[in-house]
Amino acid sequence: MSYINKPKVAHPSLPTNTLGMTRRQYEGSMSTLCAGCGHDSVTAAIIEACWGLSMRPEQLVKLSGIGCSSKTTAYFVGGSHGFNSVHGRMPSIASGANAANRGLTYVGVSGDGDSLSIGIGQLVHVIRRNVNMLYLIENNGVYGLTKGQFSASADIGTKAKRGDVNSSPPIDPVLLALTLGATFVARSFSGDKAQLVPLIQAGLRHNGFALIDVLSPCVTFNDHEGSTKSYTFTREHYHPAVEADFVPKAEEIAVDYAAGESIPVSLHDGSRVILRKLDPNYDPTDRTAAYNYIETKLKQNEYVTGLIHINETDSTEFHNLNRTAQAPLNSIPFDKLSPGRAALDKLMARYR
Amino acid sequence: MPGLTANANRVNDFVVKFANVNGTGSASANSLIMKAIFRMGVPVTGKNYFPSNIQGLPTWYEIRVTRDGYAARATQVDIMVAMNAETYSRDVRELASGGYLIYDSTWPRSSLLQRGDITVIAVPLAKMVNENFDGVRNRILLKNIAYAGVLAALIDVDLEVIAGLLNESYGKKPKLLDSNSKALRLGYDYVKQHLTSPLPLRVEHLDKTRGHIMIDGNTAAGLGCVYAGATVGAWYPITPSTSLMDAFKGFCERFRVDPATGERNFAILQAEDELAAVGMVLGASWNGARAFTPTSGPGISLMNEFVGLAYYAEVPCVIFDVQRVGPSTGMPTRTQQSDLMLCAYASHGDTRHVLLFPANPEECFYLAVQAFDIAERLQTPVFVLSDLDIGMNDWMCPDLQWDDAYRPDRGKILSPEELAGLEKFYRYVDRDDDAITYRTLPGMSSKGAYFTRGSGHNQYGAYTEDSAEYQVVLDRLKRKFANAPKYLPKPVMVGKGGNEVGIVSLGSCDGAIREALDVLGRQNIGVDYLRVKAFPFNSDVEAFLKSHSTVFVVEQNRDAQLKSLLTLETAVEKSKLHSILSYSGFPMTAEPIVSGIRAKLAEAPRLSAVPRKT
Repeated sequence: MSYINKPKVAHPSLPTNTLGMTRRQYEGSMSTLCAGCGHDSVTAAIIEACWGLSMRPEQLVKLSGIGCSSKTTAYFVGGSHGFNSVHGRMPSIASGANAANRGLTYVGVSGDGDSLSIGIGQLVHVIRRNVNMLYLIENNGVYGLTKGQFSASADIGTKAKRGDVNSSPPIDPVLLALTLGATFVARSFSGDKAQLVPLIQAGLRHNGFALIDVLSPCVTFNDHEGSTKSYTFTREHYHPAVEADFVPKAEEIAVDYAAGESIPVSLHDGSRVILRKLDPNYDPTDRTAAYNYIETKLKQNEYVTGLIHINETDSTEFHNLNRTAQAPLNSIPFDKLSPGRAALDKLMARYR
Repeated sequence: MPGLTANANRVNDFVVKFANVNGTGSASANSLIMKAIFRMGVPVTGKNYFPSNIQGLPTWYEIRVTRDGYAARATQVDIMVAMNAETYSRDVRELASGGYLIYDSTWPRSSLLQRGDITVIAVPLAKMVNENFDGVRNRILLKNIAYAGVLAALIDVDLEVIAGLLNESYGKKPKLLDSNSKALRLGYDYVKQHLTSPLPLRVEHLDKTRGHIMIDGNTAAGLGCVYAGATVGAWYPITPSTSLMDAFKGFCERFRVDPATGERNFAILQAEDELAAVGMVLGASWNGARAFTPTSGPGISLMNEFVGLAYYAEVPCVIFDVQRVGPSTGMPTRTQQSDLMLCAYASHGDTRHVLLFPANPEECFYLAVQAFDIAERLQTPVFVLSDLDIGMNDWMCPDLQWDDAYRPDRGKILSPEELAGLEKFYRYVDRDDDAITYRTLPGMSSKGAYFTRGSGHNQYGAYTEDSAEYQVVLDRLKRKFANAPKYLPKPVMVGKGGNEVGIVSLGSCDGAIREALDVLGRQNIGVDYLRVKAFPFNSDVEAFLKSHSTVFVVEQNRDAQLKSLLTLETAVEKSKLHSILSYSGFPMTAEPIVSGIRAKLAEAPRLSAVPRKT
C-alpha cells in the first residue's frame, strides 16, 4: 500500500484534457492494497483511460463485489458514485442500475474469485443480458483477502505459496465470454499499460457488454516460482495477437497503418478502434475463429492478449431489445408513468 | 328432498364447490358462474384450490354466495359439482347434510356417490356434449360450460347475465360464442326438462355489488406499482407471485408504451434467480428509479444477503412476498402467513425491516403505492406481505380510487442545486436529527459522489473499523426504525375498545375474524379487534394490548409468529396472549376463531359474563 497520501494540489503545468481536468482529478482515495499489487496498475490504467476520454466523473458509475479487486473502485475517479455490493453479485446491481439510467457509463471491477466462483451465475447472465457496461476481471488465480486459496482460474499444476498443487482445470473468462456471445472480449496484463488503456477506453465506449480479463499478479500470495499467474510467468507466456488503438470521436487517425493488418471499427458514439493484427492469421471479428485461436494457444501455455473479439453490429444490447425510452427511466416525469384517475375508473369495468 | 328444511332461508347464502381435473379449462366455466352471480348484485367470493401441476391432478374451485358480504372461506359446502371421479369419495364426504351433488351420469353411477342425507343429481353431460360437438379438446372445454348451464338452472342464475358475459368474452369470435352458448343451453335445458328447479339454495337479484369489482391481489398490486411510478421490475418466476409481474407487464404495455415510437417507459428483467432479482432492484433504486420484485418465501430466503446490504447501506427496495406454505418448497399452491419472522429480521447481523400487511386486494393496490413512498422516505427495504389467498383469488372489493393530486414521496434526495449550496456532502450524517440522511443520485454532480458499501462505514460514508464510528451509524439505524411507525399505515380498530377481550391479527385473517365477531356478537360475546397493517408496530398496538385483559392473536402459521413479534417488540405480558392458529394451507374460516374464543372464555366465566360493549 502507499503510505503517503499525496496532496490534492496539482502543479499548474500538469496536462489537462478537453474538460480542463488533470489526471489527478480522476484519482480516488488511497489504495490499501499490497505494494506492487497488479490491481493498482489496473486502477492507474482506468484513471488514464477516463482522463483520456475526457469523461465527466459524474457520468461514470463504479460497481464491484467483494475482494481485493472490488476494493479498487474506491481508488479511482472519486467524483463518481460507487457501489461496492456483496460477493459475486455486482452484475445484478449493474443490471438494475443500468436499467434505471441508460445514459451513464458503467464500469464493474471484479476478481477471479468474485466472478468465476461465487458470482459465475451472475456473470454468465449479465453477458447473456448484454448490459451496456465494461466488466474488468482482475485475475490473479488466488483469493487474496482470505490469504491465498486457489481460485477457479488457477491453472492445473500451478503451485500455491505453501506448496499445494492445483489439480482442477481452470475456468477461462475469455473463453466463457466468447461462448456466451459477448460482443467485446479482451485480455490484457496489468503490467502492460500501453495495451490496457486503449482497451479500457474502447470497452467503455462499446455499446453492450465488454469484458476485459486482466492478468494481475498477486505479489503476496501468487508471485512465486511454480505459479502460473506470477509476473515472471505472465511476461514469458504473454502473446499479444491484436493491439487496439482507440481514436476518440472527431479526432483524425494520425498513424499510417499497413493495409491488410489493420481493421478500423466504428463504435456506437462515433469513436473508432483500430485493430492492429500482430498475428496475420487472426480475425478478431470472427467469434468462432477467435475461440479456436485462444483455445489452441492456451493449450500451448500462451495467454493471447489484446482485443480478442469485437462485434459492433450486434443489436442485442438490453435496452435495444427492451425498446426502452431514450430518456433515462429515472428521469421520466411522474405524469407519464402514472395513468391517473380517469384511466383507473375506465379500467374498473374490466373487473365487474 | 331431504335438504328442504335445512336449506330454508338460504337464498343468496350458500357454497358451490367444483371438483375438476386441472388443465381441462374448468376455470373459465367456474368464473363465469361467479361473475354472473356478482353481476346479479349478490356478493360472492371465489377460492381456487389448485395443485402444483399443469395437467391431470385434482383441482377445486369454491364459490361462496354471501348476501352478508363475508370475505372468508365458508365452513361448509352445499353444492358439489363433482366432475372428477378420482375425488368422488372425498367430495361426497365434504358436502354438508342436506346438500346436493351433481355428477356426470354418462357412465354408471359410482358406488362412491352414496349418502343418505344428500341429493344426488345426475346429468349425462359427456353424452350430451359428445352428441352435439366434435373434437376431443373442444368437448372437454364445452362440457365445463354445460355444467355451468346445469348449475345456472339449479340455482337460478340469470341466463341473460351469463349471455352478456359470454358476449364480452367471445364477441369477436362468433364460432366460439355459438358453441359456448349452445353448450350452456344444453345443460340448462336438461335441468328444466328433467329435474325440479330451482333448488332452495338459489340466487336472487340483490343490489349489493354496485361500486365494487372482483379482483385478485396480485393484479391490484401490479396496478399499484404502475400507479406508484415504478419503472423497473425484476423477478424470478415463483408461485404464487408470478401473476403480480404478469399484471405489471400487462398494465405497462397498456399505459407505458409511446404509441408513436413504441418506446417503453419501463424495464422488466427476468433474473436468473431471486438473488439477482433483488440485486437489480437495489441497483435500480440506488440509481433513482422506483423498482420492485415480487416473490414468495423461498425467494425471500435467497434474498436475505442483499436485504441486509440494503438495510445497512440504506438503499430503498420494495419486495412483495406473496406467502405460500413452507417450510422449504412446502405446498406452493396453498396459503399461509409464515414468513413474518423471516422478513422482520431478514439477513445476518442486527437488521430489522418494515413490513406491510394488506388484508385484501384493495389494500394490495394502496399499500403497493405506499410501499414505494415508505421505502424512499426511510431508505430501506419494505416488504409487502400478501399471501396466496389474497394474491391469486378473486375478492369483491370497492372500486379502486385514485387521487390525481398524488405525487410520490421520493424522500431525501439532494438536487444538484441543493448540492451546490452545501460545503461538502456526507451520505450518512444526520443533518435533520430524524435519523434519516440525505442521498444523491449518480449522474447529477460529482460533488454528491459517495461510495455505497456493506462494509463498516462511518457517517461520512468512508470505510471504518473504528468501534465508535461504526456505532454512530448502527445506533442511528436503530433510531430510524423506532421512528418508522409515523410513516406507516395505522392499525385498523373494529369496535370501540371497551371490551375486556380483544383480537389482534393481520392480513387475510380479516374476513374470518369479521365473520366470527358477528357470530360471537349474536351470542352476546363482545370482542374488540385490532388489525395491524405494518411492522414496526404503532403505539396503538401497545395501547390495545394494555387495555385488554385477554388477547387472542389470530394468524395463519404454526408457530404463532405474530404473537412472537408482539412479545418481542411490545411490553405485553406473554400470559395474556392466546393463539388461534390456522396453517392447513386453506384460507382461514370463522369457525376456529369462534370456537377458540368460546372455549377459552368458558375457562374464565368472569370474562364471558361481562356484557358486550360495542
